[in-house]
Amino acid sequence: MAEAVVATPEIYENKQVLLDEIIATHRSRPGAMMVILNEIQKRVGYVSEPMQRYVAGKLRVPVSAVHGVVTFYSFFTTQPRGKHTLKFCMGTACYVGGVPQLMEKAKQLTGTDIGRTTPDGQLTMEVCRCVGACSQAPVVTVDEEVVGKIKPNKFQQLIKKLLEK
Amino acid sequence: MKFFRSHVLVSIDPQCLEMGAREIVDALNTELADWGLADEVQILETSRIGDPARFGPDLVVYPENVHYANLTVDDIPFLVEEHFLKGRVVEKFRAQETLIVDEELGAPKAKEVRVVLRNCGKIDPHNIEEYIAEDGYRALANVLTGMTPEEVIDEVMRSGLRGRGGAGFPAARKWQLCRQVPDNPKYLTCNADEGDPGAFMNRRVLESDPHSVIEGMIIAAYAIGASMGYIYCRAEYPIAVANLNIAIEQAREFGLLGENIFGTDFSFDLEVRMGAGAFVCGEETALIASIEGKRGEPRPRPPFPAVKGVWGKPTNNNNVETYAVVPQILLRGADWYASMGTEKSKGTKTFAIAGDVVHTGLIEVPFGLSLREVIFDVGGGIKDGKKFKAIQTGGPMGGCLVEEHLDLPLDYEALTAAGSMMGSGGLIIMDDETCMVDIARFFMEFTQEESCGKCTPCRVGTRRILDLLEKICNGKGTLADIDQLELLCDEVMKNSLCGLGQGAPNPVVSTLKHFREEYIAHVVDKKCPAKVCRALIRYEITPACTGCMVCARNCPVEAISGEKRQMHVIDDKTCIRCGICAQVCNFSSVAVLS
Repeated sequence: MAEAVVATPEIYENKQVLLDEIIATHRSRPGAMMVILNEIQKRVGYVSEPMQRYVAGKLRVPVSAVHGVVTFYSFFTTQPRGKHTLKFCMGTACYVGGVPQLMEKAKQLTGTDIGRTTPDGQLTMEVCRCVGACSQAPVVTVDEEVVGKIKPNKFQQLIKKLLEK
Repeated sequence: MKFFRSHVLVSIDPQCLEMGAREIVDALNTELADWGLADEVQILETSRIGDPARFGPDLVVYPENVHYANLTVDDIPFLVEEHFLKGRVVEKFRAQETLIVDEELGAPKAKEVRVVLRNCGKIDPHNIEEYIAEDGYRALANVLTGMTPEEVIDEVMRSGLRGRGGAGFPAARKWQLCRQVPDNPKYLTCNADEGDPGAFMNRRVLESDPHSVIEGMIIAAYAIGASMGYIYCRAEYPIAVANLNIAIEQAREFGLLGENIFGTDFSFDLEVRMGAGAFVCGEETALIASIEGKRGEPRPRPPFPAVKGVWGKPTNNNNVETYAVVPQILLRGADWYASMGTEKSKGTKTFAIAGDVVHTGLIEVPFGLSLREVIFDVGGGIKDGKKFKAIQTGGPMGGCLVEEHLDLPLDYEALTAAGSMMGSGGLIIMDDETCMVDIARFFMEFTQEESCGKCTPCRVGTRRILDLLEKICNGKGTLADIDQLELLCDEVMKNSLCGLGQGAPNPVVSTLKHFREEYIAHVVDKKCPAKVCRALIRYEITPACTGCMVCARNCPVEAISGEKRQMHVIDDKTCIRCGICAQVCNFSSVAVLS
């Protein structure tokens, strides 16, 4: 079951081939733009401005329309991401349960701000909305996996593991 | 269909996986194969069975209905030999406590009735045949072969089913409105954009019993005359999306979706559309814009989606839970459903209990139970013996309720009258160590960020409210700021375009109403009574300190000094008030002062 949901960004030498394939598969569906952008985000890992221009041209819509959608939704990113993504759940239970403290700890351990990628491209840290695992607060997600009930010392090991090449 | 003597449901909840559920599944497979039982016992992977914190990696064996908990890989050989080879229940591995949800598993909490959650954790969501075996798609067959659309609407109307998305509009009335619009084709949408922090009941249904939602949608489509449906699921729920897609594919194979369903002239198909992380898309006009591939911004109503929805055509939008309950109503009758609940709120409702209670998780209870029963009987009371302070119902746009409201019945009218709302059913319980100003600030931060920016009252208003709350939390507020807050809240509520802006000030308004003295303590005394707001507190190590140095090692800013076995000291200037020292201290010797 797990395989079906893991979104490993595929690294393609020539992204254009991949974009063409994605656009060709979905363009005939009504309301295709969201579907295409979601697919690009999932498979390429980000939707850069040149990619937005390319999609707009192919779909024959203004670039502003594509850019508007990409910047509206928080799941789309315009820059490549780190090898791993660590997301801090900022749902109510997690907020109350100590995620802000974990974020301080993470900043200290990585020397990188939340919302940034470490200089070696290893780890991107972000905050995210409630992942629906409130009973396990505080929760972070590592790539697609939810890790709950985090204690400060356990967390330190987790970060160290993520920073290992 | 292949027949097995026994079915083993293993929880592969992320937390169980972390505790070795994958190894347990592997061990089960190996052991069963060794005893030649692989063809007799089927292993199924399912989502959470019991709270992993209490039950650890767990599994349930059917038909015996035995719940084994806190298993390790080493237990498996013995378990397989005893239970599956010799047919003896292994008492020592059995769960000591009974589960909160899942009435089939041991004694349920007396007050629970499971309708929406009836199949969760019991059937394999990847196998349509298991759903069918639980009377699945029987209601659909009855409807398509023996009822007119009007009769379906009548039956649902009589059941008193109200939309579970939050507003509580009668579902059948909505269907009727859409049916009457003389425009075709018609569309059906399912709001699976469960964005409220603290709510996860829809996720559970989508992941564990996707067919119930699909069946409900097909029935609704028949009643309305819709030919195409979209399930709009948030991107944060990848397993739900995957399971829905599998379920839709299987329903197509069985001829339950597509052309001429059950050999009738009714045709309907479904598609899952993924959101991309925008909370406002739970608002129905924003959801429709997002399905159309646009920015998820709401628009003024009327025209209502029933008249102009997806692609400008009549569209009916309901919540996951509303659809999931429809087949049961048609199968067991409107009278059965209407026999549960209160006068105006019929049936059952799922709630997600989170926060400072002993048993967090999902429950399903008939409307009308009191908040006290939910918190103390079903939820097990406040954690760590602390005192109840407030409960936030209805998500970030709901309001908080206090002690005096505890005997209110949980139904749409009572909550609205008390200044909160039902919302999608998230219940966040807070103990007396919660700062209500900080909670209001937290909810405001959420809605401010999620405001789509289309209308000014919400875009600017939520920002200004948040600024004021931050000022107060930082100890820089004045009494005039509190008046300003009230004025702003009122304006934003009255003038915003959609439910997000109209509801956003609710947490502020309700905390101001019930905890005004806390606001005053922040602005006049510059104190945070709950000792939460960082600018107003400081940490101090008390003489109970043993000098174990745990705090000093864990301090992110190295503000703690002291020799081994000597009392430590916190340098107040360096301290960032993160509170980690208090968390890690094994001797409760870090005091918070305000």
